[in-house]
Amino acid sequence: MKILVAVKRVIDYNVQIRVKEDNSGVVTDNVKMSTNPPDDNAIEEAVKIKESGKAKEVVAVSVGEEKAQETVRKALAVGADRGILVKVDRVIEPLAVSKILKKIVEKEKPDLVFMGKQAIDDDCNQTGQMLAALLNWPQATFASKIEVKEKSLEVTREVDEGLETIEVNIPAIVTCDLRLNEPRYASLPNIMKAKKKPIEQISTGDLGVDVKSRIEQIKVEEPPKRKAGIKVASVEELVQKLKNEAKVI
Amino acid sequence: MSVLLIAEHNNKEIKPFTLNAISAASQINEDVHVLVIGLNSEEVAKSISQVPNVKKVININNPIYENYLAENYTSVIIKLSGNYSHIVCSANTFGKNLMPRVAALLDVSQISDITKVISEDTFQRPIYAGNAFATVKSNDKIKCVTIRPTSFDPAPTSGGSAEIQNGDAAEATEITKFIKKEEIKSDRPELGTARVVVSGGRGMQSGENFKLITAVADKLNAAIGASRAAVDAGYITNDHQVGQTGKVVVPDLYIAVGISGAIQHLAGMKESKVIVAINKDGEAPIFSVADYGLEADLFDALPKFLEELNKLNTIQK
Repeated sequence: MKILVAVKRVIDYNVQIRVKEDNSGVVTDNVKMSTNPPDDNAIEEAVKIKESGKAKEVVAVSVGEEKAQETVRKALAVGADRGILVKVDRVIEPLAVSKILKKIVEKEKPDLVFMGKQAIDDDCNQTGQMLAALLNWPQATFASKIEVKEKSLEVTREVDEGLETIEVNIPAIVTCDLRLNEPRYASLPNIMKAKKKPIEQISTGDLGVDVKSRIEQIKVEEPPKRKAGIKVASVEELVQKLKNEAKVI
Repeated sequence: MSVLLIAEHNNKEIKPFTLNAISAASQINEDVHVLVIGLNSEEVAKSISQVPNVKKVININNPIYENYLAENYTSVIIKLSGNYSHIVCSANTFGKNLMPRVAALLDVSQISDITKVISEDTFQRPIYAGNAFATVKSNDKIKCVTIRPTSFDPAPTSGGSAEIQNGDAAEATEITKFIKKEEIKSDRPELGTARVVVSGGRGMQSGENFKLITAVADKLNAAIGASRAAVDAGYITNDHQVGQTGKVVVPDLYIAVGISGAIQHLAGMKESKVIVAINKDGEAPIFSVADYGLEADLFDALPKFLEELNKLNTIQK
């Protein structure tokens, strides 16, 4: 079995986001970038399945600018066998990303495609489901547990009401929740080894995919600021404030 | 052209967030049609027909829709899509799972999780865990939009009398099978719609200690929330998680106990009307969004808080 894992390079989750003064977007220059956190879970799960003997190869793919190579390299350092970077020169929408990934799936013919359930930059939560639709594959979104069976996966999904379990036939798309596993850190020897693993570079032009924007971003603004609060000295004061000032109890 | 809204329900009752989505849909266009796809869901269709903002209900019943699989829902929505300018549903796990599958097959770039309707094609949505808001305009012919339910008031549930039309099922898929749902039943108000939410974080130190939260929540008729750290540590189940990848809540009163206030948690609660933080670390980021901060050991403060609440006799329900 072969598993393709899609990873995205995003602003690190610890960075305080700043909106550009001209409202054209958020500041990304000289900002720490990392792998989208649930994509780390996707790689980890694929590598674990390979280690259990149920998969032969794990391929990491990223769609992004040249520097997204670092994100692919990180996936290689934690156990992916080889990488693919599809180069784009600007931010593209999830629909375009899923069309690119469809082309990669047609070329690589994986049995499973894993990715994080949501990217923490645009918070769209679309790409996995869109790819599943374009391929007419089943989708197991928000996965917190995956059991590999002979011709299917049994996947536990985190849903609003609690947990749902579904069985999807292979080939399938799985989007991973942060609770799926505990991603490992790359060891220094593995980081060194990863430098020798191949990363194929592809341009979107070669794939013949239309990546034009359908959505115009008119402006990006800061969220409304909350009025500064106060510190109370005691529980008694807190209850009095809630009752008499805020009037919420 | 009209708006087609996909209802979320459990075959017996409409899920409350569908009503918030109906409000948003009617801001896009007054001609809102609601699609109920289920099994024996006539009662759901009937209750939606009484929502004044709804002009028509399409009810499609078939055993293949019993468990709301996106794979089966999608083909029936696609079949109806030609008559509509917009396809919308709420941006909870139901809509997040479903809508992109529909959008991709229509070759539409979806707009996720809108918090404001600016015009028929322009919407506002949070990005970067709500640390920025983007105003975006869709240039697609059909607009696929998911709606952040807590940003819109629920539509009234009576006074309307929309026509109910029965529709035909589309083809079924064999590629996905539903196995089970472990639904956590509770007598408490739902986290997403509760007037008061009391949440615990890593500072609770154990699942057992959440009983301190429960006692306060009982007193305030509140829902119980949690940070991701608390869920990850196994103190409480995932359906309680508030945050960027959990639930977004906007209660009148949000009480964060032993929660440091990571950006990802703030994303799920910082629009609450009044925020209280109880934390022994005076530097914790949660205090930056709190209206009332109490720097104290929660194990002292919570029992005292309950005691003080018990002295009041005016607690609102």
